[in-house]
Amino acid sequence: MQSQLPIYPEQASNFAPQVDALMVFITVICLFFAVAITAAIVFFFFKFHRKKPADVGVPIEGDSRLEAAWMIIPLFLAMAMFGWGAVVYVDYRHAPQDTLDVYVIGKQWMWKVQQPNGLKEINELHVPVGRNIRLIMASEDVIHDFFVPAFRVKMDVVPGHYNTMWFRPTRPGRYHFFCSQYCGTNHAIMGGWVTVMEPSDYAAWLSGSSGGTANPVVAGEKLFAEKACITCHVADGTGRAPSLNGMYGAQVLLADGSTVTADEAYIRESILQPNAKIVAGYQPLMPTFQGQLTEEQILALTTYIKSLQSQPVPPKGSGIAPPTGKK
Amino acid sequence: MPREDYLNATYGIRSWLLTTDHKRIALLWLGSVTFFFFIGGIFATMIRIHLLTPTGALVTPETYNKLFTMHGVAMIFFFLIPSIPAVLGNFLIPLMIGAKDLAFPKINLLSWYIYMIGGCFVLYSFGTGGLDTGWTFYTPLSSIYSNSAVTPAVIGIFINGFSSILTGLNFIVTIHTMRAPGMTWFRLPLFVWAHYATSLVMILGTPVVAITLLLAGLERMFHLGFFNPALGGDPILFQHLFWFYSHPAVYIMVLPAMGVVSEIIPTFARKPIFGYSFIAGSSIAIAVIGFLVWAHHMFVTGESTYAALTFSFLSYLVAIPSAVKVFNWTSTLYKGSISWDTPMLYALGFIGLFVIGGLTGLFLACLGLDIHIHDTYFVVAHFHYIMVGGAVMGYVGGIHFWWPKITGRLYPEALSRAAAVTLFVGFNLTFFPQFILGYLGMPRRYNTYPPEFQVLNVLSTAGASILALGYLLPMAYLTWSMRYGKVAGKNPWPATGLEWTTDSPPPTENFHVTPEVTWEPYDYLNRPDLGLTAGAPLPAPAHGDD
Repeated sequence: MQSQLPIYPEQASNFAPQVDALMVFITVICLFFAVAITAAIVFFFFKFHRKKPADVGVPIEGDSRLEAAWMIIPLFLAMAMFGWGAVVYVDYRHAPQDTLDVYVIGKQWMWKVQQPNGLKEINELHVPVGRNIRLIMASEDVIHDFFVPAFRVKMDVVPGHYNTMWFRPTRPGRYHFFCSQYCGTNHAIMGGWVTVMEPSDYAAWLSGSSGGTANPVVAGEKLFAEKACITCHVADGTGRAPSLNGMYGAQVLLADGSTVTADEAYIRESILQPNAKIVAGYQPLMPTFQGQLTEEQILALTTYIKSLQSQPVPPKGSGIAPPTGKK
Repeated sequence: MPREDYLNATYGIRSWLLTTDHKRIALLWLGSVTFFFFIGGIFATMIRIHLLTPTGALVTPETYNKLFTMHGVAMIFFFLIPSIPAVLGNFLIPLMIGAKDLAFPKINLLSWYIYMIGGCFVLYSFGTGGLDTGWTFYTPLSSIYSNSAVTPAVIGIFINGFSSILTGLNFIVTIHTMRAPGMTWFRLPLFVWAHYATSLVMILGTPVVAITLLLAGLERMFHLGFFNPALGGDPILFQHLFWFYSHPAVYIMVLPAMGVVSEIIPTFARKPIFGYSFIAGSSIAIAVIGFLVWAHHMFVTGESTYAALTFSFLSYLVAIPSAVKVFNWTSTLYKGSISWDTPMLYALGFIGLFVIGGLTGLFLACLGLDIHIHDTYFVVAHFHYIMVGGAVMGYVGGIHFWWPKITGRLYPEALSRAAAVTLFVGFNLTFFPQFILGYLGMPRRYNTYPPEFQVLNVLSTAGASILALGYLLPMAYLTWSMRYGKVAGKNPWPATGLEWTTDSPPPTENFHVTPEVTWEPYDYLNRPDLGLTAGAPLPAPAHGDD
């Protein structure tokens, strides 16, 4: 239990102890300097208080050795703070491979969450303890920010971008999450609760809820046909556009000779700005779907395209780059 | 009191509104920035009252959002940025370098009129629907989604930018070309160095924010797609452009206050400042490096890891020149003859608060820590320590220090010491709890909050009521002293600057004869004219012996 006046929130993710350790490290250094400077000022203030109205001080112009010392020592300490902070941040910005992917959509003023099996939640996020969770986040309108103090992580949710963040919950429980990027009238109530559950409870919770009809793969497949994507992106590679089988996660060879990893951001960009990256061997024929799809529809399409990862890749007509022999 | 001075040389409203005397223009500025400080202060008071209870005690969410937005806009663009440069800088730079006026007196008056026109637009926005975008105007909230009076506010700030640019230009030309004989660069008071650095930032940075806000305005009015992704724009681009100015703008606010402190400390310790060239150089270093740290406001926007690493590194670098100043000020006290006069209390209070504000900047510059404390009350506390604890303490301290020169009269000393202590205590009680609130996870700009945050919010509001008293007291006794204060004489402290060699208040032409400078800055030993220490002073050691 927390005491009546805690000074730090509960620690409930892999990042919480790391961030708190950094906090203690920097606080100790800063406290030392703050106390030393304050003590010196207070001491001099009394010790050298003017005795007679016409007194003057001892003229001391400066000391270059002192100047050097108080530039170099703080610089070293600052670099230590920078380095340690960088290590935590780089870890935070690079999710491990084996993540459980949850989609989060922010809109004025609510959070929509979609579990991997398609189960939808509003202002609630259920996750299993001990698993690496990756949130893939989009905004329907303005910039929001998903912030879980007990996990010590946050990330802006920016319209037009997919931002991702990851964490590994370490303690079952219920924790506040907030929107921490000011987003308009009801910014302060755009929050909810993260529920961290034992893996078995999480599995039971997932299957116990009726996720079937809302399955995003099914919804995405339907959209794939409705929006006529299927007329060009033919699965066997004989269409005017590359087959998408097996593409997710692979390297795609582009017309300019470079390659790109087919992740969520690439899929999203290819739907909204098809001409931004043209697959080698294909013409820029695809129309843009900017403004014609909601974030949720883009999400459904993306999920469907990701589900094609396990489908057989046709020998010709896929955009996947030939193996370079490295592997 | 001299028989004729700049205050009574001419009479009538026209003689003020059409004046080209830098001293009178400074007083016009004093009146108008005080007005905006009041406006911003009223909004702040309402914010603190509202946050007494978790559900919000006073206003609706819409109104709350307008209160913190208008508080920020009034305080930053119309009080903090002009305060020290336009009031004290305007009044003092010509006096300090031995000139009759600024290089372009008419442009100096124009700066004030531009500010007033910009201010009218912003007040119009406040009065007709208010403004609820946050002072940061992040797109697409400001350019598309907000229903408040964004357009007039953006136009007002755009216009106001030209005031800053012209003032900066005027200062730079004046400092280069109008120094009195013998006033070499390294004899300049550090206040002038600080304003030189500030002027560089004003000239180079202000056009960027002016254009950025104009683009956001155009997107709002004509749906041109600069920042709105639905129109092909990028909201992150706005943040880069906005912070390219708005981070250096922090140095526009705090560098002049550092200049004030660098004048007060040697005066009230009666000895040369320790490390003159390091303090002067650090002002320039802050101005230059300060331009290269802007994206540390954007560590959690999804910017590339490499960009984040670069900006974090550079943010730590900019801390070093600030640290150099603090160490030099502190060392100046050593073996001084320290008086406990009011300006000194403000200067030492400034150091204490600026140290906390600066050191907490190291927490925010730390990438791994910023992912937790970004956009929380930790940030709110940090920048209030810099801007209120730093810039405003410097401003109020400077007003006290030069009040005898400006008005010819002294303020009541005991009352003003009490006010300085009240301000210091009230400030810390208001803002220190917010560091803890932030680390606990309370996001900023919340009109309602979970009940576990209430105790710290109540403490903060209690502190704010003490702080308000600390501001009202000087307003009252300074006004009183203009008529009833003791006559100050030329140099009441005494201080070593050129401005103290002329009458108080100075004549319109500043000096009856053009002064010639033959002494080094803050040199109390070779100034028999100050009437101090008799007795053989100790021979000056080459190095400090600590």
